[in-house]
Amino acid sequence: MIIYGVALLSGCLVAGLYIGEVLGELIGVEANVGGVGIAMLLLILAHNLPRDRPLASGASAGGITFWSAMYIPIVVAMAARQNVAGALDGGVLALLAGVGAVVVSFALIPLISRIGSAPATTGSESDEGLGDE
Amino acid sequence: MNELITVLNANQLIVAFAIVGIIVWFSYWLSNTFTGGRIHGSAVAIVIGLILAWVGGTRTGGSRGIADIELFAGIGIMGGAMLRDFAIVATGFGVDWHEMKRAGVAGMVSVVAGVIVSFVVGAAVAFLFGYRDPVVITTIGAGAVTYIVGPVTGAALGASSDIVALSVAAGLAKSILVMTSTPAVAGLIGLNNPQSAMVFGGLMGTTSGVTAGLAATDPKLVPYGAMTATFYTGVGCLIVPSVLFLVVRAML
Repeated sequence: MIIYGVALLSGCLVAGLYIGEVLGELIGVEANVGGVGIAMLLLILAHNLPRDRPLASGASAGGITFWSAMYIPIVVAMAARQNVAGALDGGVLALLAGVGAVVVSFALIPLISRIGSAPATTGSESDEGLGDE
Repeated sequence: MNELITVLNANQLIVAFAIVGIIVWFSYWLSNTFTGGRIHGSAVAIVIGLILAWVGGTRTGGSRGIADIELFAGIGIMGGAMLRDFAIVATGFGVDWHEMKRAGVAGMVSVVAGVIVSFVVGAAVAFLFGYRDPVVITTIGAGAVTYIVGPVTGAALGASSDIVALSVAAGLAKSILVMTSTPAVAGLIGLNNPQSAMVFGGLMGTTSGVTAGLAATDPKLVPYGAMTATFYTGVGCLIVPSVLFLVVRAML
């Protein structure tokens, strides 16, 4: 049943947001701390637990994959309701922040690929052997 | 005509689905016709969304973009926090623990490093532009992480809508640049195997940027990059409004 998947997704989001709210209270920030991220981990967990798997497979999965596919359209709608007019003064700032992040991240790829491949020999099944460069 | 307006206004969310559908369709047509698909349709659609938001904002003087025009108010619901968070969580579906383990140390390191590096660059740029409010600096830094982490962080910290829009714009610039530049720099950075693709996904994190960029480089690498990228926004949502915000606040 598609509704089972949708309900599972709802349960994960509400639980995650609640945990995030409590975490924020504990840390003392007036913020929901990682609620969305925690909800996502709960969903992945549920998907991998044999007990919950019926909620996240077969027809039920359709209730989740539908919303996953709606992600980009929802982001488009989100963009359309932002206060762009008010932000235009900072156009150069936005561009610089985005471009800077990409350039620095690109530069780090060879570095982390190398660091990451060294301890891979201790990992259980990391036998990709594509390491050095 | 009056009857049509009545129907549209009584079904705002449904109207929004149709409008966004048309925007996305038009965007993919533009993308395929004028860029041969090089600039991904979803990126074009988001740009159109931002343009519509600008039009709405200048027309109404409001802060909710096109959603301040009654006919388009459903866009405000569709793009609001509730459905946005719902869809983001859904994208985490399909990642399983075993695949995660195979991604290994490099994937995990790259996700955390990628979030922090992008955040630091974005936050530094905000600081250089004269911002001193920790909430503003964190939100703009979050935007440089992804255009999802920006609004999620901004909402969590209570940033104003114009700052959230700035952070979305930063994330958008990043996403578009990743899509278009990845095939060009792939050779330079050794992006030709699953391991480096996972590191690439983890460092860049923008799912549309990563999947479109890898598809244009080598379609076989797409799932590897997407897998780590899937975690990036989650990790960003987890650590940016919490740990990184506290670090920024302590430094100022």
